[in-house]
Amino acid sequence: MPSELAVEAEGLTKTYKEKVALDGVDLAVPGGTVHGLLGPNGAGKTTAVRILATLTIPDGGRASVAGHDVVSQSRQVRRSIGLTGQQTAVDDLMTARQNLTMFGRLFRLPKAQARRRAEELLELFSLEEAADRSPKRFSGGMRRRLDLAASMILAPQVLFLDEPTTGLDPAGRREVWEAVENLAAQGTTVLLTTHYLDEADKLCDRISVIDHGKNFVEDTPAGLKRRIGEERLEVVAADPAELNRLAELVRSVVGVEVSTDDSQARISVPVPDGVGALTSAAAEIRAQGLAIADIGLRRPTLDEAFLHLTGGSQAVGPQPSQPNTPKTLEETR
Amino acid sequence: MTQTTMPSFSGSRTSETAGSGLIWSLRDCWTIVLQEFTHLLRQPSTFAWQIGFPVVMVLMFVYVFGSAMDVTGQGAGEGYVDFAMPGMFAMTMALGFMDTAYAVTHNKEKGFMDRFRSMPMSGSAPVTGRAVADVIRAAIDLAVIAGVALLIGWRSGGSIGATLLAFLLLLWLRLALIFVGIFLGLSIKNTETAGSLFAVAFPLGFISAVFTPPEMMPGWLGAIAAWNPVSSTATAIRELFATPGIDYLEPAYWIDGHALAGAIIWPAVIMAIFLPLAVRQFKSLSR
Repeated sequence: MPSELAVEAEGLTKTYKEKVALDGVDLAVPGGTVHGLLGPNGAGKTTAVRILATLTIPDGGRASVAGHDVVSQSRQVRRSIGLTGQQTAVDDLMTARQNLTMFGRLFRLPKAQARRRAEELLELFSLEEAADRSPKRFSGGMRRRLDLAASMILAPQVLFLDEPTTGLDPAGRREVWEAVENLAAQGTTVLLTTHYLDEADKLCDRISVIDHGKNFVEDTPAGLKRRIGEERLEVVAADPAELNRLAELVRSVVGVEVSTDDSQARISVPVPDGVGALTSAAAEIRAQGLAIADIGLRRPTLDEAFLHLTGGSQAVGPQPSQPNTPKTLEETR
Repeated sequence: MTQTTMPSFSGSRTSETAGSGLIWSLRDCWTIVLQEFTHLLRQPSTFAWQIGFPVVMVLMFVYVFGSAMDVTGQGAGEGYVDFAMPGMFAMTMALGFMDTAYAVTHNKEKGFMDRFRSMPMSGSAPVTGRAVADVIRAAIDLAVIAGVALLIGWRSGGSIGATLLAFLLLLWLRLALIFVGIFLGLSIKNTETAGSLFAVAFPLGFISAVFTPPEMMPGWLGAIAAWNPVSSTATAIRELFATPGIDYLEPAYWIDGHALAGAIIWPAVIMAIFLPLAVRQFKSLSR
């Protein structure tokens, strides 16, 4: 590879008719690492991936993948990448094996080799038993794994994953995570987009937070979490009348001033040692015989995180997608 | 990325540079064609439904409406099978563009188009492969409908050469309309919209010489029907099949008297317009 960076982008811009999708995005992903693009819906993540995967031509800026320019050397780029888009692009009217063999042929492997490669990939992604079935009847996780396998025909240097686990159940997410971790362990550079903080946290070496088509922050998952703020302990009183007593108790346990929300009978307090604070608060509440409706640790939502990261100057705008985002950052329950 | 132990990929990538670009394009095209036929083999019931539609139409027009039609001047129902069958062939070809459009939209919607475009395959293969597969499909459709036609008493009165030419003209029309289908398929947002193409397809199929001679329609409608490309093909193949009673009505429209020329030129004109449009639409996917 002429460049040490597997993916490099400078000042990418892209405007669609009515909307600025990218407003100067920079990226630098060293080979062999997993890099996350984290942001809410409409942040420009998909547009960035489409440009890097040669599907969309940028209006401005430049980008190279595996050392090749995505616009002028798109053919070379296409030989070095795999793409798993938002939809699972597998053919439901063919078996899993037929799918992989067909893609192998389209990646221009000779027939025997395409077949052999299909077998290897079925094994790698634990799909041997489902090989002769149509993906139509696969679980979400299995479909995604087949989709990943189809992207890995040529063992690409760089793999693009656009929201690989959106719409999957927790089991499916774990399956896909495992597959991605495997690929990464074997040296594939992975660029993935997600709006789940926990997903980025689990899979990525580094994370770029983008919104409104701009980079905000780039950091390691640990660093990002520090910037976003600590976990909060939340306690909801069963009887609103006991809220003040409960707040006093929690304050004495964690030793920090708490904030209370009377309308929801909720107490919230930042805690550096989340699990410790949770267990001791719960024990104390029980010892005092107080009734609570809920107790738990909560990380800041993506909304709060963006507010925090951007110093409050740039709230995540009033987008229709917003009602969904808070949930996505909480732990999968 | 030397540390890639990724299930030891044993292939020599140099094979990609061997052979000319054209050979590779043809091979990619053929892979797409095979994909289409795998669908057919794995979903025979879908194929049966698709072929069932024209067959039901044949039976309906010949036996339900046909008994009241007098297109040969020899009384209602007389010779209607011979008149309607060529029309049926032409209409099946004409409506086929909806299948093309639907398949293209489906591929786009499911992210297939994106996957193909991110691969080092020939950029034109998804389009050429679709065209080749659809023409082969059309030939199969014609064979099945012709089989049904033979069963209910239709015969070609023309020579073998003329009969073959008739079927070639039918495929020629279908080929031209494939590019209309590809253009529409790429322009349409989703498969639900593709379903409503029926609103366009039905007039194209019916306001024509397919089931009724335009001369029997009100003047203005007859003119539209006569100049419909589908009519030229229908009338031309009626001549080639030496359909009895075909000269019962004097051609009232210039094009009606030059059907064979129309059947050759119309599809060429359609292709000249829609092939570039389809290519442009395909390129605009990267905008």
